Formats: sequence, C-alpha cells, structure tokens
Amino acid sequence: MSSLFSSLKMMTKGAMRCVLITNHLKFFETIGNFQLLQVTVRDALNQAMDEELERDERVFLLGEEVAQYDGAYKVSRGLWKKYGDKRIIDTPISEMGFAGIAVGAAMAGLRPICEFMTFNFSMQAIDQVINSAAKTCYMSAGLQAVPIVFRGPNGASAGVAAQHSQCFAAWYGHCPGLKVVSPWNSEDARGLLKSAIRDDNPVVVLENELMYGVAFEVSEQGLSKDFTIPIGKAKVERPGNHVTLVSHSRMVGHCLDAAAVLAKEGIECEVINLRTIRPLDVETIEASVVKTNHLITVEGGWPQFGVGAEICARIMEGPAFNYLDAPVIRVTGVDIPMPYAKILEDNSTPQIKDIIFSVKKTLNM
Amino acid sequence: MRKMLSLISSALRLSAGRTSLAVQRLLAAQGEYVDMTLDPDPPQHPKIHPTPVSGTHRVKRDPPSETLAPLVPVDLISVNEAVEPDWTETLRSERSHRDKPVVTGPPANGSASVGPEVILDVSTKDEMLTALANTELLISHPLDGAGDAVVQQAAVSESAITELLVSSAALEAPSPVDGAAGQKAPDRTVWATAQTPALPSAELTPPLTPSSMVRRSRNVDLTRHPESVHSQAGHAAIPEPQPAGSRVVVSARTYADFTPQATFDIKKCDLHKLEEGPPVQAVLTREEGLQYYRTMQIMRRMELKADQLYKQKIIRGFCHLYDGQEACAVGIEAGINLTDHLITAYRAHGYTLTRGGTVREIMAELTGRRGGIAKGKGGSMHMYAKNFYGGNGIVGAQVPLGAGVALACKYQGKNELCVCLYGDGAANQGQIFETYNMASLWKLPCIFICENNRYGMGTSVERAAASTDYYKRGDFIPGLRVDGMDILCVREATKFAADHCRSGKGPIIMELQTYRYHGHSMSDPGISYRTREEIQEVRSKSDPISMLKDRMLNNNMASVEELKEIDVEVRKEIEDAAQFATTDPEPPLEDLCNHIFHNEPPLEVRGTNPWVKLKSVS
Repeated sequence: MSSLFSSLKMMTKGAMRCVLITNHLKFFETIGNFQLLQVTVRDALNQAMDEELERDERVFLLGEEVAQYDGAYKVSRGLWKKYGDKRIIDTPISEMGFAGIAVGAAMAGLRPICEFMTFNFSMQAIDQVINSAAKTCYMSAGLQAVPIVFRGPNGASAGVAAQHSQCFAAWYGHCPGLKVVSPWNSEDARGLLKSAIRDDNPVVVLENELMYGVAFEVSEQGLSKDFTIPIGKAKVERPGNHVTLVSHSRMVGHCLDAAAVLAKEGIECEVINLRTIRPLDVETIEASVVKTNHLITVEGGWPQFGVGAEICARIMEGPAFNYLDAPVIRVTGVDIPMPYAKILEDNSTPQIKDIIFSVKKTLNM
Repeated sequence: MRKMLSLISSALRLSAGRTSLAVQRLLAAQGEYVDMTLDPDPPQHPKIHPTPVSGTHRVKRDPPSETLAPLVPVDLISVNEAVEPDWTETLRSERSHRDKPVVTGPPANGSASVGPEVILDVSTKDEMLTALANTELLISHPLDGAGDAVVQQAAVSESAITELLVSSAALEAPSPVDGAAGQKAPDRTVWATAQTPALPSAELTPPLTPSSMVRRSRNVDLTRHPESVHSQAGHAAIPEPQPAGSRVVVSARTYADFTPQATFDIKKCDLHKLEEGPPVQAVLTREEGLQYYRTMQIMRRMELKADQLYKQKIIRGFCHLYDGQEACAVGIEAGINLTDHLITAYRAHGYTLTRGGTVREIMAELTGRRGGIAKGKGGSMHMYAKNFYGGNGIVGAQVPLGAGVALACKYQGKNELCVCLYGDGAANQGQIFETYNMASLWKLPCIFICENNRYGMGTSVERAAASTDYYKRGDFIPGLRVDGMDILCVREATKFAADHCRSGKGPIIMELQTYRYHGHSMSDPGISYRTREEIQEVRSKSDPISMLKDRMLNNNMASVEELKEIDVEVRKEIEDAAQFATTDPEPPLEDLCNHIFHNEPPLEVRGTNPWVKLKSVS
C-alpha cells in the first residue's frame, strides 16, 4: 500500500502531484474499512481552530479576510458563519495596528489568533511580535503573560516573486520569549496549532501555502478534540541508519521523497521532521546522528544565519560531534531574492535531486 | 492679571530669547492662575490674612483651669464643656492607630495647669508671619502621656484674632494673659518664647523626644473672602476636635473650620466633533484635595529623588521623569476606576504609582533590585501593575496595545475601558492612525490621551507636526483639548471621556496640554532646545501642585501646616523608599533566565558558552 502510494508520488510531478494523490487516496477511502481519514492541511487547521474556538470562549481570530471571505486561503472557511463577528474579526490592512491590538487583547486576558496573510507582511508588525509579545513576560518578571498565536503561510509559494516568498523561521527562531512551530502534514498542523492556542505564551505558527491543499492520512487519535503535539519535540518520520535528514515544513516531504529514491540504492535515510523551530529539539537530532554518523539539514530559507546553521552549531557544541564522520551539510534555498520565472524559481529552492546529491556527497558515493 | 502676565512674559522674552509659541499658549491658558501659583514649598504663605474663624474647638482632658479660663471667650466655655466627653472618646479612637498610649487620666505631672498648651495671640499680619516662622521652631507637642492635642482658636471677633497653640506651660504666666482677659485683643501679643523666661524651667515645655515631636495642625483661616463663589463654609455649631498628627488630615472627618468642599471654575475645553464638552465647574472636596495633593507630592518627590539617584549613578540606563505633569496622572486616575485599564509609554513612573504600585517598588525597580515591581528585570520603562500594562519602550507601540485591551474589555462585557496614553512625539506614528481607524470602526471603549508636553525629545511640536492640534488628529474620532496642568480640568475631562466610552459611542481623544520640567530623559539636560527661563516661567505660573495648593488654601480647605505636614511625610516616605531601593540586594543570578515563559515546565537555556547551561522556571 505504502509503496504504491510512494511510487504514485514519484511518477507525478509538480502541482499535479497533489491533486492526483488526493484523488487516489480518496479512492482508497471510499473502497473500504480503512482506519485512516484523509485530511488536507487546510482542513486540519480549520478543524483545529474550530475546536479551540468552541472549547474556550476567550479564543478569537482576527486578520485580513478571515471572516466574510472565509480566509485568504480559505483556512478559516465557515468559522465566521458559525461564530459571528465577535469572534472572527476582519481587519483593515493594518498589520502593525492589528497585531498590536491582538497583543493588547492577549495581555488583557483573551487568547487571540492573529493571522498574517503571509508572514512577509508580518515584517510590518514584527515590532509588536517581538517587543510587545515575546519580551513582555520576561520584562514584567512573569506578571504579564501574552497568550497569543501568530499564524499564516510562510516561505516560498508558486510564482509570487521576491517580496512574497521569504522564510521567517530564522528570524522568529532567533528571539527568546517566542515559540516557533512549523508543521508539515495535517497531523502536525492540527496538533501544533492546538498546542499553540492552548499555550500561555506567544507562539508563531509557520504554515506553508503549498501544503494547504495536500491531504494526509490522520489517525483517529489525531482527530480527537484534545489531540495536541508537544511544542519542542521533533518526530522521526522515517527511520534509517546511513544518514540523517533534518527538515521542517514542506521540505520534509522532499526529504521523504529523496529517501524513497535513495532506498532503492540501498541508502537508508532517517528523516526527522523538526515540527518546532524554537525550542529546537537537539536531542532527537543528536540521537539520530549517534546512529547514522551523517547529518544533512534541509530548509527552504536562505543559508546565512538560518535554521541549518543553528543545527550545525548545536551539533558541533554537543556530544554528537564526536560521532560525525563528515561535516554537517546544509541544503538551503539559494541566497537570492526569489525570482519569478518558473525555471528560475524552481532552481531557487532545494529540489529532490539536490538532496540526493548531497546525501551521496556526504557518504562519499 | 493678564496684563501682569504679559508684562512678565515679554520681559522674560526680551531677556531670555525664545519661549516657544506653544509654551506661550500654555501660559496664556494658565493666565487665570497667574496670581495663585507659588513655589512648591514656600517657607511662608504670603497671603495670610488674620480673619475670624467660624468656631472654636478645644479638646482637653481637664476641665478648663483658672489660668486658661480668662483666655477663652466666655461664651465658648460652655460649648466646650458640653461636648468634651465625646471628644475624648474620639481622640482616643483617633489616636489608637498611631500606637501611642492612650491617656485616660489627667496629665501625670498633676500640674494644675491645663497641660502643655499656650495660646498664642497674634493680631496683625506681620505678627502672624513671624508667629508662623517662629512656631516652626517652637512646635513640639509631644503626644505621649503628658499631653493632649489641643487646638484653640479665638472667638468670633471681627478684629481678627488668630490663636495658635504651642506647647508650653506658659499659661501659668501671670498678668499679660490675665490682664488681657476680657479684651478681644489686637494688642495682645503673647509669645510663648516671651513668656517662658519668666517661668521656672521645670514647668516649661515637657521634655521633648524626637519621636514625639509632631507638628500639630493649626487652624488658620487664611482668607477673609473665600475666592470661590460657591464655597460652602461650614457653620457647624459644634466644632470638632483636630488632634495633632498627620493621619488626621486624610481622615474622613471634616472640620468645621475647613470648607468641606468647594466648586471651582475650570477652563473650558476645546472640542472637536463634540456638541458639548466637560463641565466648566468642578467640585473638589477637602478629602479629595488632600489626596490629590499628597499623591502629586509623592510623584514629584519621587521623580526628584530618582533624578538624584541617577546623578549618583545608582540608577542607570533610561530614566524619563514626570515632574511637571503630575496633574495628568492623578487627574486621569481620579476620573476612572481601578478596574479600568491603562497603558502608557516610557514616562511611566507616575502612572505606576496611581495604578497601585508603591514608591518602594518603583524606586527599587529603578535601581534594579529584587524588591522592584518587576523584580529588577524591567527597569524604568517596564513597570507593570494590575490593569496597568506598562511602561512601553517603543514609541507608539502602546497605542495598538491599548486598543487591544479595549477590545478585550468590550469582548468580556465588563463595562471597563482602557486609557491609552502617548506623547506629542508619538502622535506622528503611523500605527496610531491604524489604531484610530480600527478603534473607531469597532467602537472600542478606548480613551486616547495625548500628553502634549511641547517637546518630543528635543523637537518642539512646531517642528515635528504639520498639525499641532493633536486632539483633532483622530479626524473621525471626537476630541478634547484640556489644560493638563489643572488637575480638576483633567479629572472632569476624563470623566466626560469615560462616560463617552462607556455609553458605547466608541473611542475619544484627549489632548492634555502639559509640561515637563526635566529633559526628555536624564541624559538630556533639557535646555538645548528650550530656555531655562521658559521652564522657570511655567514652573512659577502653572505648577500643578502649587495650583491645587493655592486653591485649597484660598478656600480654607486646608491649612498651611496641614499641607506642610503632608510634605514632611511625603519626604519621609520617599527617603524611606530610596533607602530601601539602595539597600535591597540585586536579583539573584538564578533569576537570570526565569520568566521567559508563563506556566511552563522548567527548561534549559544556553549560557554564554556551550558549557553553561542555565535553568529557566516560569
């Protein structure tokens, strides 16, 4: 079953891939009594917010187009109809203003979810995220908590060019006082968003627009109303013993694809889905490195001062260094603003072939 | 008055150079107060007019002795005796909280005298002044065992006898007092000092111990004609006792010689998109007045002490002082409840105080000690209290935060509102306009208050803003321009604004025209962009504390001594707090990484090098 699934995945390319998989998997669903349910990332996020809105009166959502438009990417579809104006609030195009309003509401006892249409626009409001939200608990010596969630799509999309394609994992991951999570699949999305909403601290949830439409199987446990994923724990998506691939968000899928290809050649990759950028789960990575002795980090963002750079530094400073047989390799986006033309764009972010190449290089093959 | 002001202003202008247009406007607005302002702590009040007092009261343990009787107008003795038993009870209860032994019997010395009291007669203004000057040296009435607090005043003679009580046994002195018995005596000038040489020293002033030296409040009626038209001078038949001790001045008791409340005319506010504004008259009760005075004095002294400590390098980093603007903080707090919310920028010490912080906590936070209100982690700009959200360092960022708090108020339906303060410099921030838009759209219960102290750091308002009508900047939001140096103006405007918000009409803007005496912060001398003369002019003409003080004194709502006592206490409190702030230990190093998160299991934090692993608990 899973090999059929993965071979299907391999055969198709590009955006078509998602659609085919969805259709294919829906076919499986209708056939019989399988325990899995196919949920797109978008639906997972939607359900998570719905359940949390229902669970706690203080939770509310605000952002551009979240209410009557059903969400710029339809992530909040149906919520306004269900909860009304009080709890699902359309804002004008004033990121700094409404981010500040969300933080103020959190200080005064509510639990806002502040949606940025993309995290590129969060740069307008980044002062409120860092200086007003992240630092306040510390500055007040614990007197003032800020239980807020900032969420939205992060990183490269398709054909949206330079100003709309930046990855902010490194920027937010840099700051103490913030928690930063980056879900990959539907289960991640559900569990991490629920944890974020229930957390009494500012959490930045970096979603990915290209993943919204991708469906994944989610277990029954994963669909329960109280299913949360602990913030700060990575997950080993695929065990292996030759090389460790560490990634987050969309690139996890690329790593799994690369691993599938490499498996044919006898190279077993261990793929770790970080799930959380801050606090980084170094222990899981170290345990894996102890086993495989080779480490490659894969991310969509720029290399300099990025997530991969941080992982390298941490591994070097820790006990796992002695187990490395080769230096840690970072596979990252190209160090340029994102171009528009398709061929250029495709070559600006890591592709599966880049991961495969790096694995072979690090294993000296 | 206005002529005087303009003369003075032009003279200063000629001599000194630039007084900015805005400050001139401020002073013009203050024109009506020109003759009422004084230095915060005048050694003597130049306006004392000996006048009749409305009543006499006297508290004694003993029945009036022979020596005293002649001094007391005959018609009053019976009154005193009639109410005496009640007064002793009251005195006992008044005293109980002062931890002094309650005296239930006659003075231990068994002296036939009435105890440590002497009546000081002063008939002329000069004598009054000298009397006051001297009594500062004399006053030393011990409240332990030996004596009672006694205040006595002359009878209702129109010839203006004002009597002060000073501790002494000089009543035993013969003739000058006796001889003058029957006269309402403009000629009677009996000085304790003059008396005492004639007396055996043993019977003189009871031994004074520093701890028991308490300056008693004396009832001095200072004005013949109360300034306010609506003054309600009490005409109580039975005067109430006025025990010594400062706590009395803030008690709920009213004293017949003091006006319990008065109505003042206050400056009309400029309005923007409002049909009518706050009332042009404000009622101030004696208790309120004393409370405001006290709070403003605490604020003033606290800021000056912070100035001192900063210059001694005990406070470091940022220190933005609030002196000059006290009427804003105290007036705003008087117009809202403690259950309402407030957020401001970095000039926050005053608001931390009005919102419930203690002086000790505030000063210890400034000096970075563990007893600070944020345990030393925040510093001058990051102080928090219940319903007070700081203390924010990023200029203008607190405005959206305040609107968010207002959103929470509206969401939770508790009929609370949020007061959101910013300065004339911050008023040009874009996020403020974004906030105006959303607050108005969603009708958030938010009072935006621009504290216009004329200078955004070193830039005067004329150089920073195309429109200096900050109360109009909200465009579609109604606005008020308020005299920020007059606490009653601020209070009335805040009440008006609060009503506006609570009635669901949405946000409102208030511009408080105020002034800061210090520079922008302690690293700014404050004179490179304005003249010392300008500062002095505002200080002498529009100081908020002086204005309140004069109002109260001119309307017989308090006595000079009472206010002085408050000053003394305030000074002591600040000294205390400064002592605490300088001796409290710094936060422990274990606290370094704590409180990063809220409600979080302990986590590990990387130190300065990979081997240092620090622990964080929340």
